Amino acid sequence: MKAQVHVMLKNGVLDPQGEAVRHALGAMGFDGVSGVRQGKVLELDLADGTTEDTVREMCEKLLANTVIESYRVDLL
Amino acid sequence: MKAAVLVFPGSNCDRDLAVALREAGCDVEMVWHKQTELPSGVDMVGVPGGFSFGDYLRCGAIAARSPIVKALRSHVDRGGYAIGICNGFQVLTESGMLPGALLRNAGLKYICKSVPLHVATSDSVFTCGYESGSQITVPIAHHDGNYTAAPDTLAQLVAEDRVAFTYGDNPNGSDKDIAGVLSQNRRVLGMMPHPERASDSAHGGTDGARLFANLITELSVA
Repeated sequence: MKAQVHVMLKNGVLDPQGEAVRHALGAMGFDGVSGVRQGKVLELDLADGTTEDTVREMCEKLLANTVIESYRVDLL
Repeated sequence: MKAAVLVFPGSNCDRDLAVALREAGCDVEMVWHKQTELPSGVDMVGVPGGFSFGDYLRCGAIAARSPIVKALRSHVDRGGYAIGICNGFQVLTESGMLPGALLRNAGLKYICKSVPLHVATSDSVFTCGYESGSQITVPIAHHDGNYTAAPDTLAQLVAEDRVAFTYGDNPNGSDKDIAGVLSQNRRVLGMMPHPERASDSAHGGTDGARLFANLITELSVA
C-alpha cells in the first residue's frame, strides 16, 4: 500500500517561494492569480495494514514541522 | 572546561567552532552523529553550522532525529549548556529544544555578509561579556534564517528576556528582527550569525570571540 502526505506551510506563515511564483505568473500574463502556496508531497510505500494513525505519527515526528506546517494524509 | 562539537554529514563549520573554542581555552572533542553518548565530563555542546544531511526535508530536520541529538537532549534536560549556530540553531528548533522555526529568507536569496547585531540581553553566560544594547558585527551565511514563531511564543520570548541578539538591519525577514534566542533556563543559545567566524583578527573582526571567551570564563568559575 501507499500513502501520500501533503505538507503545506500553515495559513498565515509567509511563503516567499509561493509569492515569487505568483509574481512570475503575473509577469507572464496570467492575470487573476491572487495567491500561490508551495508545499511538498511525499509518497510512502508501506507494509499492508499500516494505519493512518501510524502515518500521522510519522508526520508529527518528522515529515512536518508542526510549528510552521500543516499536513494531510491520503492512504492509497 | 570541556566542550563537545557535534559533526553531521554536511557540517562545515564544526572545525571553525572547535578552533574558536580552543582559542578561548576550552578542551574540545568532536563527536560523530551516530554516537549515542556525549563524552564524559562535557559542560557545553556546540551544534555547528553547515548543511547537515544536505538540508533534505527541512534544514536540520534529519540531524535533529540523529542518535547524538538524543544524547544532547538528555544533556540539556540535565541543565547542560549548548550553543547552536546557523544550521545548529535549525537543529535546536527542529528538535524542540528552542522555540520557533527558521523559514526561507524573505528575499529568497542566500545571504553571506557581515551584519550589525544588537546584544538584546547580557543575562546569559553567552552574552554577559557584552553590554546589553551594544552593537557588534558578525557574519551571516544562510538561506533559511527567517526566524518565525507563534505570536504568543514571541511575546513570551520578549517577556522573559530570551531574545539574545537582534539584527540592526533585518536581512531575512525574521520576526522582531530576532537573530538568536535563549532557552527558558538561559543555558541553550541558538543564533543564525556565526560568532566563530568573527573570532580571529585576521578574519575581519573579533566580536564573536568575546562570546566564547566569556562563556568559558563563566563556566570555568561555575
